[in-house]
Amino acid sequence: MTTFLKIRDLWKSFGQFVALRDISLDVIEGEFLCFLGPSGCGKTTLLRAIAGLDIQTAGTIHQAGKDVSNLPPAERDFGIVFQSYALFPNLTISENISFGLENAGKNKAEVKKRVDELLQLIGLPEQRDKYPAQLSGGQQQRIALARAIATSPGLLLLDEPLSALDAKVRVHLRHEMTELQRKLKVTTVMVTHDQEEALSMADRIVVMNHGVIEQVGTPTEIYTDPVSLFVADFIGEMNQVPAEVTKEGEVRVGNRTLLCRTGDFAPGSKVIAALRPEDVIPHDKDVRLPGTPDVIETLQNTFDVVIKEMEFLGSFWRTSVSDEEAEGLDLTADFSINAVRRLSLAVGEKITVELPADRLKAFSETSGAEQ
Amino acid sequence: MTNSKKWLLTSALAVGLASGALAEELTVYTAVEAEDLARYAEMFNADHPDIQINWVRDSTGVITAKLLAEKDNPQADVIWGLAATSLLLFKSEGMLEPYAPEGVELLDPKFVDQSDPPQWVGMDAWVAAICYNTVEAGALDLPVPTSWQDLLDPVYEGHLIMPNPNSSGTGFLDVSSWLQIFGEEGGWEYMDGLHNNIARYTHSGSAPCKLAASGEIPIGISFAFRGAKSKAAGAPIEIIVPTEGVGWDMEATAIVAGTDSLEAAQTLVDWSITRAANEMYNTGYAVVAYPGVAQPVEHFPENLAEMMIDNDFEFAANNRSAILEEWQSRYDGKSDPK
Amino acid sequence: MSSVESIPGPKIRKKVGTDALIQRGFIVVIALYLIITLAFPLYAMLSKAFEVYNYDLSQFSVQASDEEGNFTTGPVTLLDLNAELGLLGDSDMAAKGDGRLSLTQFFPDFSFRSPVMYRVAGTDEKSVFLVGSERHVGTESVEVDSNTFRKVVVRPVKSRGMSNFTRYFSTPALFRSIGNSVFIATVSTIITVTLAFWFAYALSRSCMKYKGFFRLVAMAPILVPSLLPGIALVYLFGNQGILKGLLMGQSIYGPIGIVIGSVFFTFPHAMLIIGTALSISDARLYEAAVSLRASRWRTFWTVTIPGARYGLISAAFVVFNLVITDFGLPKVIGGQFNVLAVDIYKQVIGQQNFEMGAVVSVVLLLPALLAFAIDRQVQKKQVAGLTARSVVFEPKPDRKADTGWLFYCSLVAVFILGIIGICQMAALIKFWPYDMSLSLNNYAFDRMDGGGWAAYKNSIKLGLLTAFVGTVVVFLGAYMVEKTSDFTKGRSGFQMLAMMPMAIPGMVLGLAYIFFFNNPANPLNFIYGTMAILVVSTVTHFYTVSHLTAVTALKQMDTEFESVASSLKQPFYKLFARVTVPVCMPAILNISIYLFVNAMTTVSAVVFLYSTDTALASIAVLNMDDAGDIAPAAAMGMMIFYTNAAARLLHAVGSRAILKRSEAWRQR
Repeated sequence: MTTFLKIRDLWKSFGQFVALRDISLDVIEGEFLCFLGPSGCGKTTLLRAIAGLDIQTAGTIHQAGKDVSNLPPAERDFGIVFQSYALFPNLTISENISFGLENAGKNKAEVKKRVDELLQLIGLPEQRDKYPAQLSGGQQQRIALARAIATSPGLLLLDEPLSALDAKVRVHLRHEMTELQRKLKVTTVMVTHDQEEALSMADRIVVMNHGVIEQVGTPTEIYTDPVSLFVADFIGEMNQVPAEVTKEGEVRVGNRTLLCRTGDFAPGSKVIAALRPEDVIPHDKDVRLPGTPDVIETLQNTFDVVIKEMEFLGSFWRTSVSDEEAEGLDLTADFSINAVRRLSLAVGEKITVELPADRLKAFSETSGAEQ
Repeated sequence: MTNSKKWLLTSALAVGLASGALAEELTVYTAVEAEDLARYAEMFNADHPDIQINWVRDSTGVITAKLLAEKDNPQADVIWGLAATSLLLFKSEGMLEPYAPEGVELLDPKFVDQSDPPQWVGMDAWVAAICYNTVEAGALDLPVPTSWQDLLDPVYEGHLIMPNPNSSGTGFLDVSSWLQIFGEEGGWEYMDGLHNNIARYTHSGSAPCKLAASGEIPIGISFAFRGAKSKAAGAPIEIIVPTEGVGWDMEATAIVAGTDSLEAAQTLVDWSITRAANEMYNTGYAVVAYPGVAQPVEHFPENLAEMMIDNDFEFAANNRSAILEEWQSRYDGKSDPK
Repeated sequence: MSSVESIPGPKIRKKVGTDALIQRGFIVVIALYLIITLAFPLYAMLSKAFEVYNYDLSQFSVQASDEEGNFTTGPVTLLDLNAELGLLGDSDMAAKGDGRLSLTQFFPDFSFRSPVMYRVAGTDEKSVFLVGSERHVGTESVEVDSNTFRKVVVRPVKSRGMSNFTRYFSTPALFRSIGNSVFIATVSTIITVTLAFWFAYALSRSCMKYKGFFRLVAMAPILVPSLLPGIALVYLFGNQGILKGLLMGQSIYGPIGIVIGSVFFTFPHAMLIIGTALSISDARLYEAAVSLRASRWRTFWTVTIPGARYGLISAAFVVFNLVITDFGLPKVIGGQFNVLAVDIYKQVIGQQNFEMGAVVSVVLLLPALLAFAIDRQVQKKQVAGLTARSVVFEPKPDRKADTGWLFYCSLVAVFILGIIGICQMAALIKFWPYDMSLSLNNYAFDRMDGGGWAAYKNSIKLGLLTAFVGTVVVFLGAYMVEKTSDFTKGRSGFQMLAMMPMAIPGMVLGLAYIFFFNNPANPLNFIYGTMAILVVSTVTHFYTVSHLTAVTALKQMDTEFESVASSLKQPFYKLFARVTVPVCMPAILNISIYLFVNAMTTVSAVVFLYSTDTALASIAVLNMDDAGDIAPAAAMGMMIFYTNAAARLLHAVGSRAILKRSEAWRQR
């Protein structure tokens, strides 16, 4: 695992506004890295700094061991794909793809061969003499990708490449692009605000907010173990309940005490206890078998709640439940169709739920960025 | 233009030194009508094929302005055919090269600068006159005026047109002649009266006669040469020479001080006062500097030369600024239409 | 949000790549072009306005003899003499360049018949006084008799000060022009905008027939110099005019003529702007109005007018600016009604009073700048209002109303075609009104003053050169401003410069060019009097609109093309040649034709700059009219009209061919 791109102490300001604040990051050779965050978080700014399109105010960038910090784009080594495709409208598909190949020491036959190869690679060999406007959005974006990788750059930068496409095409292209990237083994940095896209495509995700990196990690790490409420909230859904740490590994919500990962919080700290909706486990009423010790008693963080609302979302039911004994403990829970059928859940029913102690986590009340 | 001229000169010089034959070029500023220029150059070159004339032609005002603007870096070698009043202005600015051309003593002294040696020499005179459209005036029952004073008759109200002296040399020669004929006070009094009858003041000096010729106005105060041309073109006009006498200005020639080609310039000026040259001027102008040359010009009033006032050009040049200011405050300011 | 804070570590300075270097070079060159052709000349003009002439009485001394001709008293300087007599105040010391001060006034009992002799001398080596027209330089004294003493005058010397302005505002003939100009511009604006509004309204909101024809006719005035309607009005309403009776005794020479002519030549400008504003109005608002049962009149005032208000305001200021800065029309038809633009001409060409010309220019610059500034503000607002998604309004047939509109538009068309038609008639008639037979005599331009057919050829040459040079400079400049990423300060400075020409009246620009380029010390002096200066002045004069056209076209292109090209290590000029230019071709052609047509018709800037060899057709129209050759002037005007119409036609055919060829890739 060699570091391909080394970013250190990067700052970028636009007048009074600081867009990037002390960013340090390593991008590993061959990996697919995603910058994820809400709009205005600085992810595109960071990408443009890496490309040299908008040079950083301070800090360094090394690419493949070479200091590229102050180089103009033309002296760096990357290919780029934009949300708008930025295909040259008056050039044919093959002219678009070969744009970067001309005067790069290749003769005509070589150029043609490379273009054919790329068209094959993206699966559009028939379209070579058409103009961009004659192709669909998805096809255009694939052409843009082919153009970007035509010169075999060491780094592929993707700036929200799929955002302009409709949902179906987007999902399809996600898959294709990931595959292509794995095949070419080109180090790739993609900017997106779509968490699903990031989770499904990236090897690692960099979550950004307000110009700083909140968390870097694999999709699973980011999802299952967010370091801040912001990350937790931005990626997937999160139940958030105000709580107070009673002792290490325990919080009180209303009048109910729950086991919880409290981390470094000292007893008495006001925190937010958070849990993903799908982590709420519904239990069969039958766990309480006659003659046996009360199973519920032995299960941690398990109690009864009333179902307030149910919304069918296709693959699961989004359910609002309320703990009538502990004030303020209203949760959203995602129950699978199977569970709902098996437990015959319905609005108004009382059910038993478990909040797994290892999934419940305490976060500071303020968002991570300001820490 | 200067650069190419200089370049031409240097290269001509180089060639000249090698071959021994020196072809020279002269930049000549003029206000002579465009159609006459080619003829002038042709006639001159018949006698002096070795000197080539590069004309810079424009209206009197523009050429005067141009020469004044170029005062510190003169582009012209010779001025040939510009109003004497302008040349007097240049003289007082020290812009002219004093030179007595060969045969200057043969000219009518009226046409020669009084300095010794003279700084400019006259060629021909253009003389004020009234253009009277017989058809339009007849339709309006306007009597034929015979004198300047006649024009004060209220019957002419709104039927007279004259050039604005602020923009037209002809206009100025009218005004300065009235001030000389009637005296300063009388002159202004006369113009006060005339102003009541004037329909409007034109920018150009030839316009009043052309407008009279086209019937746009019955009577235009302009200059005789223009009237003769319009009459020849078939316009129903009469050219009237007022009995009090008429103002005039002359076209004149001078060498620009500091010219690189003094010798060629002198050759040109020498030629410009010859009898042949004066005969050439006579095709357009009835009054020329060389006595006895002038032949009557078609449609020109015959007694014109006698009616020319004894014009004091120095008076006109030195008081020009003050006269124009006075004129402007009297007539331009209150000439807003009612 | 993050606030101000200091960023640790050394700041990164971008390495300037080859592309960026070339681009900076271009920006600097084109900015330099605008500085040299705009900023410097204007500065030269401003400083000329403060150049004054004053009599310096300390430079001369006089000595008068007694009756016998013996000089008993010593020489006295004029300064002392004046102080003693209390004769002339400071304000009397100000003069024009050709002003002369007579010395006799310093001797109250002067008589030219007296035997008293006078000795006049300068007090230093540079003093110059005149005896008649004879110059006397230096300290040597000259003795003259009383009669000759009348001819002794001194000349003013050059210095700097405000007295030109004082003189301007104390000369009614001059400062009244401000009121006149504003009056004419206001009246013309009200009439033109009203007429153009209803015309544009009929085109966009009715189902009247022959819309294409009316649109074409409305654009015709753009093809002729602004002084052509003046000539037409002479034939229509002059003393020999065929419609003279309609004026009921009023003279066409004056405000009436200027207003009618101004309405003619500004009509297409107003119509275009208002037409655009009306075409973007939202149909949904009308549906809402109908569903609310609002009356037509109410709908008009609550929906139509507010929707088009920015267009109306913008049109008003554009027309106001066009009229107040126009020189050709009031020159031809203005008669004694003085306006600012003509005053500049009169001062400069008529009186060679450059300083006063500069003062009038400064005065004219103010309302023009003001109108321009307000217009820019309004335009910005209009762009903001445009972002909403609206539905295009589809008019529904209404026989009665449509007939009414047809009648109204026909009237306007008759007015426009009538003006052009009468010029054509005048051009073909042998000697109006005495010989009404047809002839081509008036086209024998070589026999008239003004430059003849050579002038016409020069105009075409100027048009082509301006179109070519102008398009290249403007488009490159706009590209550099719009599509390069760094050098921000340079680019915003350039942007400002590029907007300036619109606010500068042509007369002012032309005069400024005289001061700047005709200065012998200027190394660019050699272009004075050549075709080059005409091309430069015309390109600069019409820079802004061309620049905006180019910028608009460039803005519609993807902003990332440049990033892509540089990531592909392709130089920007390859992208420029292969993509930018082909994609922007329609806009480039529009800029060319705009420049060509304007170069053919413009009078204002070039009237100060042409020379014998570079006389122009439009100037020939002016000069022939000036000399009273009105019919040939009309004929030359029509030549300009036909040439421009042909150029337009060619442009339309060419544009269509290009669009056709690029149909495959152009979706717009």
